Amino acid sequence: MIDSNVSLERWPFRHVAGDDPASLVARLRQRGVTQAWAGSFDGLLHRDLSAVNARLAAACRRFGPGFLAPFGSINPMLPDWQEDLRRCREHHQMRGIRLHPNYHGYTLADPVFGELLAAATRQGLLVEIALAMEDERTQHPLLHAPPVNPAPLADALSRTPGARVVLLNGNRVANARQLAALGVHFDIAMVEGVGGVARLAGEVSPERVLFGSHSPFFYFESAALKIQEAGLPEAQARAIQEGNARALLA
Amino acid sequence: MIWDLHCHLGGFDGRTPEEKMAEMIRYADRMGVDRLCVFMGYPFDANPSPETLRAQNDQVLQALTHWHHRAVGFVYLNPNHVQFSLDEFNRCVRDGPMVGVKLWVARRASAAELDPLIERAAALQAVIFQHTWFKTGGNLPGESTPLDVAALARRHPSAPMICGHTGGNWELGVRTIRGVKNLYADLAGSDPTAGFTEMAVRELGAERVIYGSDVGGRSFASQLAKVAGAEIPEAARRLILGENLRRLMQPILQAKGVRL
Repeated sequence: MIDSNVSLERWPFRHVAGDDPASLVARLRQRGVTQAWAGSFDGLLHRDLSAVNARLAAACRRFGPGFLAPFGSINPMLPDWQEDLRRCREHHQMRGIRLHPNYHGYTLADPVFGELLAAATRQGLLVEIALAMEDERTQHPLLHAPPVNPAPLADALSRTPGARVVLLNGNRVANARQLAALGVHFDIAMVEGVGGVARLAGEVSPERVLFGSHSPFFYFESAALKIQEAGLPEAQARAIQEGNARALLA
Repeated sequence: MIWDLHCHLGGFDGRTPEEKMAEMIRYADRMGVDRLCVFMGYPFDANPSPETLRAQNDQVLQALTHWHHRAVGFVYLNPNHVQFSLDEFNRCVRDGPMVGVKLWVARRASAAELDPLIERAAALQAVIFQHTWFKTGGNLPGESTPLDVAALARRHPSAPMICGHTGGNWELGVRTIRGVKNLYADLAGSDPTAGFTEMAVRELGAERVIYGSDVGGRSFASQLAKVAGAEIPEAARRLILGENLRRLMQPILQAKGVRL
């Protein structure tokens, strides 16, 4: 099983069980995960993202070689973000990056996002965009980060042939079908409603759905049980749990 | 044994309450959920008129028709219509098959208008369920926080009540209700953020924590995960998944001769 949505380091507002890399790796392995794509909670608010990404890469090498795949954080509102992107690819040999537009203060309609998407695509990087990290209603009152509107992504993608994008933590994305037709993948961590994963697979096709747990912030079992609740044919469930992610990073 | 405290017909496919209920049972079977508490009809109405209350309670009664061995109903009441709500309680609980009361967002639970409803429900040992949230962006005008339900519970210390959603912002909700011993925590209807169940068990004791899902707006999966994934003793897991709710409902089930 490949988990496309885990994070290292500390959630800023709460101690979360499994927020040290050794423990997270052990928990994921115990639950049948064979590879996890790891971002960093530090990537939400830290400004020295060069250091955040270096720590992330080091932690993945030390605690999960061949298991944790680091996805560096890039904030295109920071000066010289292009150098962070270069280091992710060239120095840390990352396969992808993770973006948090709502914590970094831009939208997917902003030209700087188009520049970042184009640059990442030129470097062959998979781009994960976290549409949210937690329910807006439970956020700390001093840090309001409304969910990212994915609608403008369609325009950006039409200008960036070859871009590979995964939307994390989406639920009932309004233009999901259109985005899927443009090659976008969707993880299941925040998909809600009874039988939600089956509904998503029906909307965007099972090939566009990835297993993602949002661990350790969410209980891992949520994503695992969603697969059970979906009641999909075995081949589709296996593709969502592993095959689609493997093909995407091939 | 899994009993789900918090289920709605909305969100399930089907043209009729019976069809929606059949869908609910199909998913419950898939997830190993044995018993379901169902309340409110569809579409949701924040401040229902007497006519709407009656129609929605009828939808639930209709849905339960073939499933009395698997599900029970709570009557939806509105404290803005006290006399009608008392009459509706009599129709659906005293003289009907329902075993609990659902209060939503029409009026905050701290209001005195709730007192006669609570007294009537407590007299029959009906389960009392009050929705609560501590929304960061602010609640609806009539929407209770756990502070409201705590005030209500203090006025009726012998009546067990359930703090719906435990306020959503559960770190605040658990703190709010921990000193009010007749209040129980409902795990339903919020994201499956790790730590919720552990904190509730630590601060309230496992005997005061109850699993619920809030299907069909939520999945059984994400809500069951709060119990399945929690680092708590197995005995606590059993209490939360069914034993607590069964214990709470036992008197009224027994009085009605219902075997679940």
